[in-house]
Amino acid sequence: MANHAEHDIDRQVRTYIVIFITLMALTFITVAISRLHLPVHLAVTLALVVASVKGGLVAGYFMHLISERKLIYWVLGFTVSCFIAVLLLPLWSHFDPIRN
Amino acid sequence: MEIPYTVAERPDTGLNNGKIGIWLFLASEVMLFGALFASYLMMRIGATEGTWPRGDSILNVPLATLNTVVLISSSVTMVMAWASLKRNDFGKFRLFQALTVLAGFGFLTIKYIEYSAKFHHGLLPSKNTFLAIYFTLTGLHGLHVIGGMAINAYLWGPGSKLWKTDPEHFTNRVENSGLFWHFVDLVWIFLFPILYLL
Repeated sequence: MANHAEHDIDRQVRTYIVIFITLMALTFITVAISRLHLPVHLAVTLALVVASVKGGLVAGYFMHLISERKLIYWVLGFTVSCFIAVLLLPLWSHFDPIRN
Repeated sequence: MEIPYTVAERPDTGLNNGKIGIWLFLASEVMLFGALFASYLMMRIGATEGTWPRGDSILNVPLATLNTVVLISSSVTMVMAWASLKRNDFGKFRLFQALTVLAGFGFLTIKYIEYSAKFHHGLLPSKNTFLAIYFTLTGLHGLHVIGGMAINAYLWGPGSKLWKTDPEHFTNRVENSGLFWHFVDLVWIFLFPILYLL
């Protein structure tokens, strides 16, 4: 049983190292993309996509979200929906055709 | 009176109290930084054409890239510290935990160099909106790094006595402090491209 648990941890450690290398590679890809001087909208989109992938890897593997309990997913799901509302409400007012 | 469910899982949530507590706290942190991110986006979108500077024209991208590498590395040492406890290797835990705290120091030192250069050139928060939100976001993030370092240093030093009496409880504490540290890393992962590269 103890051997089985230790083997599991060894496997996890190998995963952490792979994730670390991937995160480093994505960091340099982010810098490289910024050097291309793309139009603002494309640059913002690409930067956010790469950042989201990196964030997903940190949350999924380092924070163990990939194998977490349902309750945590509910808490985070609710938080993310509130965050999206915080993001969208001011944008909605900014692009309001009546105000413009 | 002993605090219940520090190790055992609660039958209703399936989690120990520490774990649910730290995730609820992190949820509130998402909203704190989320509100500031939303403010940044609003100001950026609302800025008149040509008035919003590109981050890399004012800020030091190589130093920020180095800081990203330092913080990501510290996330790995943090998770390795936890894995060492799972393997019952307390010596390795001490090593990885110390490296995590040192990486935090490294991050703050680089940030200090960056801030000093800005102040020296008169680039203060009052100069323009971009610098105001830059100092607010990175300053708040820096405070979180200091908080995380304090917790990690405590668990490396006096707090590690718990390992002798209740190793599972101690491992859970390290896991929870690690969740906070990874969150600090996660926030920087988004701050770096948004502030420095766009």
